[in-house]
Amino acid sequence: MCGIVGIYLKNKKLSKDLGKYLTGMMEGMATRGPDSAGFAIYSNNKKSKEYKYSICLLNDFSFSAFKKIITKKFKKLKLKQHSDHVVITSEENPKKLLSFISSEIKDVSLVGYGKSIEIFKQVGNPRDVIKNFQLDKFSGTHAIGHTRMATESAITTNGSHPYSTGQDECLVHNGSLSNHNNLRRNLIKQGQTFGSQNDTEVAAGYISNSLSKKISLKETLVNGLKDLDGFYTFITGTKEGFAIVRDEIACKPAVIAETNDYVAIASEFQAMAHLPGVNAAKIFEPEPGVVYSWGK
Amino acid sequence: MGEVIKLDLKKKSLRDVNSVLQNLDPKSNLRNYLISNPSGNHAVCAGLKDEMEVTVKGHVGYYCAGMNQKALVTIEGNVGTGVAENMMSGKVHVKGNASQSAGATAHGGTLVIDGDTSSRCGISMKGIDIIVKGSVGHMSAFMAQSGNMVVCGDAGEALGDSLYEAKLFVRGSVKSLGADCEEKKVTKKDLELLTSLLKKGNIKNFKPKDFKKYGSAKKLYNFNIDNVSEY
Repeated sequence: MCGIVGIYLKNKKLSKDLGKYLTGMMEGMATRGPDSAGFAIYSNNKKSKEYKYSICLLNDFSFSAFKKIITKKFKKLKLKQHSDHVVITSEENPKKLLSFISSEIKDVSLVGYGKSIEIFKQVGNPRDVIKNFQLDKFSGTHAIGHTRMATESAITTNGSHPYSTGQDECLVHNGSLSNHNNLRRNLIKQGQTFGSQNDTEVAAGYISNSLSKKISLKETLVNGLKDLDGFYTFITGTKEGFAIVRDEIACKPAVIAETNDYVAIASEFQAMAHLPGVNAAKIFEPEPGVVYSWGK
Repeated sequence: MGEVIKLDLKKKSLRDVNSVLQNLDPKSNLRNYLISNPSGNHAVCAGLKDEMEVTVKGHVGYYCAGMNQKALVTIEGNVGTGVAENMMSGKVHVKGNASQSAGATAHGGTLVIDGDTSSRCGISMKGIDIIVKGSVGHMSAFMAQSGNMVVCGDAGEALGDSLYEAKLFVRGSVKSLGADCEEKKVTKKDLELLTSLLKKGNIKNFKPKDFKKYGSAKKLYNFNIDNVSEY
């Protein structure tokens, strides 16, 4: 099953409520995916040189131990703890910082990084997960969330969505892919790396690989209709906005509500019933095999 | 009309609301209900079996008015997957749009949808009359066995794939016909049937002669011995 949600604010004045809106949407989808949950929040970063790194601490590795190691190596960075995640904000060269983390710190995994994205995921009921991360306190421009009912790979943090395989990119998926093993092999040959056996990570890698060749997000997703075999509703986020696409059989649900203030997407309407003015919104289902996008 | 009893899904649980409607006192004349704040809940008005009129104010989730018998359920909003699925009798009227599989497997009664439906409308229908004022999505009337479907707008890909005896009437375009579905000649009897169906849907702006009819070519009913080498 799985539940997917996304919200893009057209009215920038609502940015402080973004986390609150997404909280209600994730709670509404808790029944569709009780195993794990995750979300990505995008916010404008005024300092253009600054990167944010979302790091998950594994095996009870403590925040203070992590802080000690990383601040010894890099002086100019800010750290913020969110449950078992740490967000590092730094102007350091990403290659340098990421290679240090992957080679010197064992019990962490990179969840995602970029200039705008912060990304969190955890095993457990979505209602608990969003409480642990205090999702309702976040502000931003747009956000994507996922509640997982695990089918083809284990219930672990790195089996949870959203998957981020490129700077400021992320993907959530309701469905399953059948040709992911072949695709993964092909993408690995092209230099893409994967951290799990999950099918969705392959789709995320496919998108990142295509975007890195300067193919637009829309064209990438249109090509994906041919290349990705299986059932899916995807929401994919970038720094500027998000896009949704359903496979041509369209067994996996999605509903979109659009007002002058926001665009909300969810697997089921009940996930957005709490949003202000939703009953007067333009409500429609995305057509099978058609890419819809907002904010570029 | 008489007294309208209000049921608020913000104050009462879904189970309590459905339980009230599923267990009406046979002697009672209180048969008018208004449900507010459905908030996309699933299975609103599922399993009603007595004569009554229920209006739902707002958008509902999956399987609304499923298995309905005798009741008249009006939804003033959109409905999710499987509205009126397996309906036996009565009437369900959706004033907004419907999601997938509207009227799926329903044996009887009438489903009227003022807006559009997405894919698989009337899948495996078994006697229901489905009247859609807008358009229907792909694979509609898939394996439809009996009953009638009227579409005032257009139909998506693979209309009526593998259908049996159901009659399909479409006013607009059909993107493609499914396996074994073909256009049929509209007979005088069909025009009479359409007149009654349009009346049921309270459709006045279209006439029976505006519609084309589609049905089964019946080539899949029996095994064709010429195809034996395929197996």
